[in-house]
Amino acid sequence: MTAALAAGFARPVFDSQAAFRAAMDALSRPGAVTALITDLTPPSPLTPAAAAIALALLDFEVSFHLAPSLAGGDVGAFLRFHTGAREVDAPQEADFVLLDLAADALDLTSFKLGEAAYPDRSATVLALVETVSRSDGPALVGPGIKGRATLGVSPLPADFAAQWQLNAARYPLGVDLLFAAPAHVLGLPRSARIVEEAR
Amino acid sequence: MSAYNFAYLDEQTKRMIRRAILKAIAVPGYQVPFASREMPMPYGWGTGGVQVTASILGPDDVLKVIDQGADDTTNAVSIRAFFAKTAGVKTTTATTEATVIQTRHRFPETNLGAHQVLVYQVPIPEPLRFLEPRETETRTLHALAEYGLMHVKLYEDIARHGHIATTYAYPVSVNGRYVMDPSPIPKYDNPRLDDCEALQLFGAGREKRIYAIPPHTKVVSLDFEDHPFEPTKFEHPCALCGSTMSYLDEVVTDDAGGRMFVCSDTDYCETRQREGHIGHLNAAAPQTCPEAAE
Repeated sequence: MTAALAAGFARPVFDSQAAFRAAMDALSRPGAVTALITDLTPPSPLTPAAAAIALALLDFEVSFHLAPSLAGGDVGAFLRFHTGAREVDAPQEADFVLLDLAADALDLTSFKLGEAAYPDRSATVLALVETVSRSDGPALVGPGIKGRATLGVSPLPADFAAQWQLNAARYPLGVDLLFAAPAHVLGLPRSARIVEEAR
Repeated sequence: MSAYNFAYLDEQTKRMIRRAILKAIAVPGYQVPFASREMPMPYGWGTGGVQVTASILGPDDVLKVIDQGADDTTNAVSIRAFFAKTAGVKTTTATTEATVIQTRHRFPETNLGAHQVLVYQVPIPEPLRFLEPRETETRTLHALAEYGLMHVKLYEDIARHGHIATTYAYPVSVNGRYVMDPSPIPKYDNPRLDDCEALQLFGAGREKRIYAIPPHTKVVSLDFEDHPFEPTKFEHPCALCGSTMSYLDEVVTDDAGGRMFVCSDTDYCETRQREGHIGHLNAAAPQTCPEAAE
């Protein structure tokens, strides 16, 4: 037996709604930093904001995959118990993928991309990061962005821009990303494109 | 109120709808299928919009509901009362005070802000449905971005009438990819969808589809180079507030051909009247025409 399971939402109805609205705001305004304050104390290395989004969106109808750095500990049991979602070993079968960008390799092509007739049947990637900010990072254009926005995410893999170009090239197929810092989220839907900095 | 879960729907239904909304935002204009529930109102009364509203609504939201622009019609009043009862949220008729606006067949006259969400009630979400009845076929057409059928339909309008005769539910292209039905809003409203500050969500209950236009998304009304899209223009100002910048409803006032044209957006019209704008048939106007004052 491991230690007692960490608690879920204290007020499931309102806490899920708040987490969903943060995710909705983040995805409808790529690059914008959305605050998501929650009193969850999820098992490490899951952060409060990422845990809140997972508890708000997962249930028995969907599956999730944990990247290697999250798969070892209590995260799987925490999510399975509180949401009833299925944990799958193969990343390409998961509706939701949780990974830690500080520890896990990122390969966007290894996730569900959707089908031509049903591009919604694709993975949502919940990426744990240390910080999200409005400063430094690749420039973004696309729906939800007035002019340009910045992908201020740290850490970000060195080849992220190249991987994202590939993801964007498959539009309307592709994965959608939610970057979760401990108390903030930043969304990157497949419709957003990274562009060269014009200086 | 304690007899209901917050905002009527159970939590599992909300999660399913919320997942659909997030995918709809990620692929603007694409219709995401969802497991629409039976609602305590008949199809056609906004069951899709109500489910979307119920799934996004929080206790701090302020809700406005309009039907053809009006806050005081049966559909708008009953949906507002529904959420006042099941969610206990504050409701309003003022566009500027609302954070969530559910609408049937109109875009409010007042510009929306970034903190607002507009939820449309949609009867037939598939723009190609009357041209191709098979869902399997329309799905393939969307997958291939094959929208020639729609252009033929608009061309046939021109061949028959000399101009594009579609005046409502006028098809738009969203983010340069999907052709979308903006719901039966008058084509007058189409330009407002483009580069809108607010998130726009569309819910079709009977047809079980949710789609979205994120803020600042390019929305183009379909047209031809030699027959460009033209929003409806009105010859009259509003008879109550004198506005020449709003969408007007025709109201028959007697059985002898009497009629007046008034703003369909009641909040816009009443706000203007409070600010002192008086139309020519308004009871507060200087009387020149006795039968109009009744």
